[in-house]
Amino acid sequence: MRIELEKRPERSKVMAWASPIIAVLATVVTGGLIFAAIGKPPLQALWIFFLEPFSSLWSIEELVVKATPLILIGVGLSVAYRANVWNIGAEGQFTIGALMGGMVPVFFNTWQSPLTLVLMLVLGILGGMIWALIPALLKIKAGANEILVSLMLVYVAQLLLDWLVRGPWRDPKGYNFPKTVGFEDWQVMPVFGGGRLNLGILLAIVAAIALSILMRRTMKGFEVRVLGEAPRAGRFAGFSSDRMTLFVFLLSGGLAGLAGIVEVASTVGQLQPNISPGYGFTAIIVAFLGRLDPIGVVVAALMLAVSYLGGEAAQVALGISDKAARVFQGVLLFWVLACDTLILYRLRIVRGAPAAEGV
Amino acid sequence: MSNMGTAETAATTAAAGSPEFLVEARGIVKKFGAFTANDHVDLAIRPGEIHALLGENGAGKSTLVKMLYGSLQPTAGRIFWKGEPVTVTDPARARDLGIGMVFQHFSLFEALTVTENIALALTGVKDMNALADRIATVSKDYGLPLEPRATVADLSVGERQRIEIVRCLLQEPKLLIMDEPTAVLTPQEADQLFLTLERLASEGCAVLYISHRLEEVKRLCHASTILRHGKVVARVDPSLETAASLARLMVGADVHAIRPKHARVAGPTRLYLDQLDLPANGPFAVALEKVSLEVRAGEVLAIAGVAGNGQSELFDALSGERRADRPGAVVIEGTPCGTLGVSERRALGAAFVPEERLGHGAVPAFRLSENVVLTRDTVFADAMRRLLGFLDFARADETATRVSTAYDVRKGKPDPEARSLSGGNLQKFVVGRELDRKPGVLVVNQPTWGVDAGAAALIRQALIDLAADGAGVLVISQDLDEIFEIADRIAVISRGALSPGYDAHVMTLEKVGLLMGGAHGGSEAIDGALKLREADGRAY
Repeated sequence: MRIELEKRPERSKVMAWASPIIAVLATVVTGGLIFAAIGKPPLQALWIFFLEPFSSLWSIEELVVKATPLILIGVGLSVAYRANVWNIGAEGQFTIGALMGGMVPVFFNTWQSPLTLVLMLVLGILGGMIWALIPALLKIKAGANEILVSLMLVYVAQLLLDWLVRGPWRDPKGYNFPKTVGFEDWQVMPVFGGGRLNLGILLAIVAAIALSILMRRTMKGFEVRVLGEAPRAGRFAGFSSDRMTLFVFLLSGGLAGLAGIVEVASTVGQLQPNISPGYGFTAIIVAFLGRLDPIGVVVAALMLAVSYLGGEAAQVALGISDKAARVFQGVLLFWVLACDTLILYRLRIVRGAPAAEGV
Repeated sequence: MSNMGTAETAATTAAAGSPEFLVEARGIVKKFGAFTANDHVDLAIRPGEIHALLGENGAGKSTLVKMLYGSLQPTAGRIFWKGEPVTVTDPARARDLGIGMVFQHFSLFEALTVTENIALALTGVKDMNALADRIATVSKDYGLPLEPRATVADLSVGERQRIEIVRCLLQEPKLLIMDEPTAVLTPQEADQLFLTLERLASEGCAVLYISHRLEEVKRLCHASTILRHGKVVARVDPSLETAASLARLMVGADVHAIRPKHARVAGPTRLYLDQLDLPANGPFAVALEKVSLEVRAGEVLAIAGVAGNGQSELFDALSGERRADRPGAVVIEGTPCGTLGVSERRALGAAFVPEERLGHGAVPAFRLSENVVLTRDTVFADAMRRLLGFLDFARADETATRVSTAYDVRKGKPDPEARSLSGGNLQKFVVGRELDRKPGVLVVNQPTWGVDAGAAALIRQALIDLAADGAGVLVISQDLDEIFEIADRIAVISRGALSPGYDAHVMTLEKVGLLMGGAHGGSEAIDGALKLREADGRAY
């Protein structure tokens, strides 16, 4: 007996929806096995990790707050990956966006007007775009691999931020802690209710809907899909892959930059060496789990946000390392990519020698 | 397990294989989901026999041979090798038995060299240099010259096929399966291949020969099995049949004969190339040198040539996928457009059909309606709409339906993905999509490559009709039968240089063959070409 992969004539609609669900279930099972292997009660651990985040209003709000940057970055990346352009450096674009937007409160600390926030957001987007422009131009002009360049620029961005907050941008009244002045009033995102839920989530939802329409209904979205699926056919249609590389890098970089400034102008409230628990990398998983579809990304971002909250809860309640969240994210990405095979192939179990069936 | 149906079939299946046959397949059934690709197919080949397997695209030929070669497993039925029942679990097992196969769609690694690709198929290769020498010798012996150190990515379709053939010959097979081997060869090269096959047959090697070219099947093959819709409909001796009777058996009806051409009336110039130079864009690519041609309204100009002599480069230069260095090098409908891109050239009324259907002419994962939009951005002409314009899906859908109906595109559901269509049906769609725009200039590269007889006749007729309606049609083809069927004038491309265009009625196969190898080879060939030109005196 053996298992065969049989190619389907067309992609399966059912599997396109079912594959992420199968992947999540497989991740939960794998997670249970991992907990059992390290001697923790699997069911209790899974409860803490995956379900407790939904048990109170506070934690649901927190879930949305964590999902906000993931959505903003993930929708941009989903478009870039559809075009077969591999921007792996969203974390760096996120950092530079936070840094550029953060210049406003750092240098004009007393300026308070609604325009302050608008300028911060615009600079944040610009910062992300500028950082994304580097790998895009190097790919177009010199044929440099965008995966390596964009990834390496992440570390450049992080070290730049580190140097600035420890050196020139350090808060003079900050007791020598490596951080800038705190952001206040019109330098932070307006909040809803009493918690940390803020305007950022609205921006994220608007971005997701806008990109969803772009991809489904417009010529530009068609161009993205053609060049991603069949570059030669794209050239035949008169589309330029160089211009496409530029477009998706600016788009995904700008959104990552926006996520960066939204994050420091809300939950963080200042610039400091660590402003992100790896949102830019997690968003890669979000993009794939969301089927590279902007609306799917929103759902996927909420699911990945669970792993952040669950990781924190498991750290407190079970004494597991906070790296557990990373392990779960890795396991999830593995299962998502594995289950995607089922969209174009079906599993078939073959018993014994096939020729014997005719006798 | 599965019920074999009639008692007669059950009886033959239960018996042991007959020793007079080298290979015998009995009651083969292959199902893909609900679709039955092979329905109780029987096939038997004797040693030293050249056996033709005939049928339209989608008749189940490829499925059957893939099972003989072990890359697919039958749902039911048995295979006997020299009278013994065998299970061909995978291609390696098939090669052990002595079965070699040349696929229609090549399975080569583009990044590797010819030698490396062949080494992958052979077991226990230690000395790559020795293998390279052997490849050079064998390929030369069989008239299929190959440069062993060339990278596959830089080779043309025709040269890639040679690799596949040589790869099989190196394994000294007892049964050689060939899927459309002559599609990319010149008449002389095909003749050489036939000699090779006949020699192999006389040495006792059996050949299973799949081809759409009925004339060559008639000439070469000793026996034939004809499939239609997955079932065997006839077993005949092709030498006793006519091409027309074989075609009738294949399609189950008389093949639509191409309407005779009317006398050509030279109209105004639609497409003009003036001394076009295009540098090679890879170490093994072909540079175009001073290519000039003229296509007038109402005529079909066909460009013959062996694969890899600059056809794809010429197509790219015509379509604007590669641009010339000056506007005057390419003139469409009187407008110099050498430096313009493909969209601008379409706007001038030109339409293009590339050689590769999947991945170039159409996006495999896209539905037909989406593939319509690919060459129709004129629908979104103004700059604002092109930037973010909304697509008119209703209109795209309507166009796809219109094209499918007009050009008889057969499909399983209303708007399937392009990759689910058979080669012939997708080609009808890709050609129909362009004809639907009523172009003033049409450039087609290999219009009927790997397409069944019915679809090929429909496409050729459509090209002739388009010219008759006043368009200028340029056809690049390696199929000389096709060229003689539809062309008003014929030019030959060889190593990036294009011969003048000669009136079709003064051309013969021999003259074309001479031009294919000539014009830059030995002085003898040049003299021949010059004599030919003087002799008919009708060259442009």
